[in-house]
Amino acid sequence: MALDRWIALVLLGICGIYGYAAWFTMDAGLPPFMQRNPIWPSTFPKVLSILAMGAALVIVLGLEKGEEKIGEIDYRKIWEYNLGQALLLLALMVAYALLLRPIGFIGATAGFLILGSVILGERRWLLMIVVAAIATGGVWYLVSEVLGIFMAPLPAMMRG
Amino acid sequence: MLEGLLIGLQTAFSLQNLIMVIGGCLIGTFIGMLPGLGPMSIIAIMIPVAISMGDPSAALILLAGVYYGAIFGGSTSSILLNAPGVAGTVASSFDGYPMARQGKAGKALTIAAIASFAGGTIGALLLMVFAPALSSVALLFHSAEYFALMVVGLSAIAAFAGNGQVAKALLMTLLGLIMATVGEGALFNMPRFTMGLMDLQSGFGFITLAMAMFALPEALFLVLKPRDTAGPDNEIKDLRITRQEAKSIAPVIGRQSVQGFFIGVLPGAGATIASFLGYAVERNIAPKKEQEEFGKGSIKGLAAPETANNAACTGSFVPLLTLGIPGSGTTAILLGALIALNVTPGPRLMIDEPQVFWAVIMSMFIGNLVLLILNLPLIPYIAKVLSVPRTFLIPFILFFTLMGAYIGQNNATELLILVGFGICATILKFADYPLAPLLIGFILGGMLEDNFSRSMQLYDGISFIWERPMTLGLLVIAVILVVLPSWRTRRERAKERKARGIAEGD
Repeated sequence: MALDRWIALVLLGICGIYGYAAWFTMDAGLPPFMQRNPIWPSTFPKVLSILAMGAALVIVLGLEKGEEKIGEIDYRKIWEYNLGQALLLLALMVAYALLLRPIGFIGATAGFLILGSVILGERRWLLMIVVAAIATGGVWYLVSEVLGIFMAPLPAMMRG
Repeated sequence: MLEGLLIGLQTAFSLQNLIMVIGGCLIGTFIGMLPGLGPMSIIAIMIPVAISMGDPSAALILLAGVYYGAIFGGSTSSILLNAPGVAGTVASSFDGYPMARQGKAGKALTIAAIASFAGGTIGALLLMVFAPALSSVALLFHSAEYFALMVVGLSAIAAFAGNGQVAKALLMTLLGLIMATVGEGALFNMPRFTMGLMDLQSGFGFITLAMAMFALPEALFLVLKPRDTAGPDNEIKDLRITRQEAKSIAPVIGRQSVQGFFIGVLPGAGATIASFLGYAVERNIAPKKEQEEFGKGSIKGLAAPETANNAACTGSFVPLLTLGIPGSGTTAILLGALIALNVTPGPRLMIDEPQVFWAVIMSMFIGNLVLLILNLPLIPYIAKVLSVPRTFLIPFILFFTLMGAYIGQNNATELLILVGFGICATILKFADYPLAPLLIGFILGGMLEDNFSRSMQLYDGISFIWERPMTLGLLVIAVILVVLPSWRTRRERAKERKARGIAEGD
């Protein structure tokens, strides 16, 4: 079975759970005054779940005929691409999300930009550090000082 | 009116106000390029500056300049990086980004600048002529019509339903609509489908989703399969548009300026719907051959939403200036600024303070012109962004997607949601699922449900569909927009088959 049909199967499951919640569990706690309304909070989700399950079934069963075409990246040969770099970058993004608060904006961002370049094969260290420093400082100044959106610049332990 | 025009010119052409326009446009353009900071937030940020000036005309002129600049800046990031920071520029990335990838980044930006200019200017002309008359039309639209209008907007997904893709496009749209139901709705004060997570209480963030659907998969694809973005073909050589191209987009710009303006006049509809509607309409009336270009780098597909969203922004000033009703988040903030400056917009504005009204209109013309003059020479430099080495460009794109999601919510969980959705979107892209319909469904879904529920409650049932002729008319248009293209292809296929049958018969 091709990937698109597997995905449709997964989406069918998600829509099934969504539909179950909409049809059977959501209305239980509905206050009486809302029950007299012509439309309930679950009305729209109920309709959507049925339509989406229908559309997913059409794909899973392969009812619609279309030519099989290989996209820009052939996922069957995913190993031949730079998969490692992509996964490392994703891991770096997760690390950034987790570390942004604890080690502060400046440290996290500069680290992210430098490590991101290193993962992609850049080895001009001085250039990387200068670029990362300018970008981090510039964005922090713009967002925090000019626009007034607070972003903790320093690690948590260095803030009083 | 002539007298009013002269008052406006006199106010707008003072040295101070000219500097305000230029400064506002520049600030708006540069900050607007950062995803996550749309016109609304930039205007909100500029309010303290504007109020402290004390002169309402100058303040409004500054804010109008920021507004236009921000819209143009937003289109730059969606064209160059496929990272639409504002809902109104999502439709611009459908064709703008493919153009940039074909090495026509400069041309795409030029078309965007010209289309924005034309949309804004024609919109301002219409505003000048029709503002008083239109204020009553805007009130004719009730929630039932808004619901129907959203349905028409949803028909824009037809552009992504290619051969054998109808079910996929449909499923993605429905998924977008489903995601829009997560969180608390405006009409029912109860959390839905949050799975008990506090972070989902307010639903998924638009910018998070836009970045996860568009920018992140693109960046990951760039990592997986390096392409030479800085190759010799990518020199920004064809900055100019040819006479033939100008001829083909001129009618698009004309139509979309008017259509976008009138959609912008309706409170609550605004630039987003105008851009999707413009895209859908232009695709449907384009000849068959050009229709297939849409979504793959069609100049018409870029010009249409760019014109429409600018015209709609101008149109949204009509209810603000004539009725005192803010039609969008941005105009609501402008209303606040005006009241702080001791000007009350409303029916009496044109009588009591004509210089404010006319100065705003004049500043729209000047703002658009300044934006065009400032940006055309800057375009080659802006487009150079693409020739930054990929070892630097990709970490920066990723960083900006993270920043956009973070600034909006100030919540690190949002970043994890972003990465999660980004991975899902990349897998969907592998399997050739179109991602734009998901975002269209998500953006329109919330408004669709709210307006539908409101009219259901007003009419105590579904009868509003046939009792309000305008609703029925709009829904019929939506059905036609969806059915017509497939009927046309079917007819053409039948014709081909017939021709082949005759040929074989011989």
